[in-house]
Amino acid sequence: MPETPKRERFEQTVLPHLDAAYSLARWLTRNDQDAQDVTQEACLRAFRFFDGYQGGNMRAWFLTIVRNTCYTWLHQNRAPGSDEVFDEGIHSTDDSGGPSPEIQALAGADRETLRRALEELPEVFREVLVLRELEGMSYKEIADVTSVSLGTVMSRLARARTRLRLALGAAMGKES
Amino acid sequence: MSCDLTQRFVSGYLDGELDLVRTIEVEAHLKSCEFCARELENQQALREALRRSSLGYTAPASLRNRIQTSLDAATATKSPERASAWHGWQIWRLAAAFAVLVLCTVTAWQLLPGLHAPSSNQRIAAEVFASHVRSLEANHLMDVVSTDQHTVKPWFDGKLDFSPPVEDLASDGFPLIGGRLDYLEGREVAALVYQRRKHFINLFVWPDASGSSAAPVLESMQGYNLMRWSRGGFHFWAASDVSAADLAEFVRLLEARISPEAK
Repeated sequence: MPETPKRERFEQTVLPHLDAAYSLARWLTRNDQDAQDVTQEACLRAFRFFDGYQGGNMRAWFLTIVRNTCYTWLHQNRAPGSDEVFDEGIHSTDDSGGPSPEIQALAGADRETLRRALEELPEVFREVLVLRELEGMSYKEIADVTSVSLGTVMSRLARARTRLRLALGAAMGKES
Repeated sequence: MSCDLTQRFVSGYLDGELDLVRTIEVEAHLKSCEFCARELENQQALREALRRSSLGYTAPASLRNRIQTSLDAATATKSPERASAWHGWQIWRLAAAFAVLVLCTVTAWQLLPGLHAPSSNQRIAAEVFASHVRSLEANHLMDVVSTDQHTVKPWFDGKLDFSPPVEDLASDGFPLIGGRLDYLEGREVAALVYQRRKHFINLFVWPDASGSSAAPVLESMQGYNLMRWSRGGFHFWAASDVSAADLAEFVRLLEARISPEAK
């Protein structure tokens, strides 16, 4: 029976990326219990699709499944009306408003302030920052996981960084 | 390059994701523009703050247990389903499909001598070729841009489970210009980028478990030349649109640097 080797192979190649999977799910769902449910579901999906895995970057393959599972889950479980629909065209103007914090301020930002600012970013920006800064993925890997072009990854990251800085500036302005 | 453009590219520059031409343009602008230079410093500060805070989460042990349990369930319920599939007419479909497969394989085996050694080399050659072309098209030739082998080599530390040999051949007309991670044969490999006049050479390196040596073999694919060899526990594949003679010279020089005793 081919089941045992498949299970073993799965555990050896996919499960080493479980922390990355949970972390991404945790950042996208913003909740521990939901992240656990989504990660478990994604693992089962990955196991089901594992025969079709063609080789290549395992972490990107697995995180693609985790991300898709997250969005399916968010779509089904979000309270009606609270849909975080984000239109890059409509929302693009607020990038340039307000002063941006300077280096000294950024260097002084504590973990909790950063965590909250990142958590409150719209999903498209949050995920691209998590994949780049927390997972250390290349643009190509991010493009694979999020199914967009390299150019889009580059412009989204640039905007995500600007927005995160503005959010930090606002948060730290309130504190002081 | 204008401030406008630089502002757009500074984030990609920080990530080392710009192509060589853009990188040089951005660097030139940064040297002369205080405003844009400060923007880069700000972005660096943000990155450092994020990294310092280690905001990633770790999967709780309870989740690991849950996953093992659900995998147990998934593995256990598969078998009866599979058994039932063997009933009824489905078995004939499978048998027919199998017969066709056997027939095709046998025919192909006899007709095409090339298939006798269903060479993994042909498969890798196709992957190497595709990687080389993609690296030039997608503006993603390099993750680390440097002509210094002592910068390129450490860049791979922690990104790969091996340390590739990195040699600069600038004095011989093949300057090293950078490196990146790539994927071949289902694993991460080192891709080193060399330049020959206006042409690029991608050199892919990954460990060879067998440890055996193989002399360089040249093949060409759609106008590109590929060379493969094994030495000192590594597989090497070079891909480029330089002439076969240039590529052979490159490989010879590289071989002489990496394993002089092999000469």
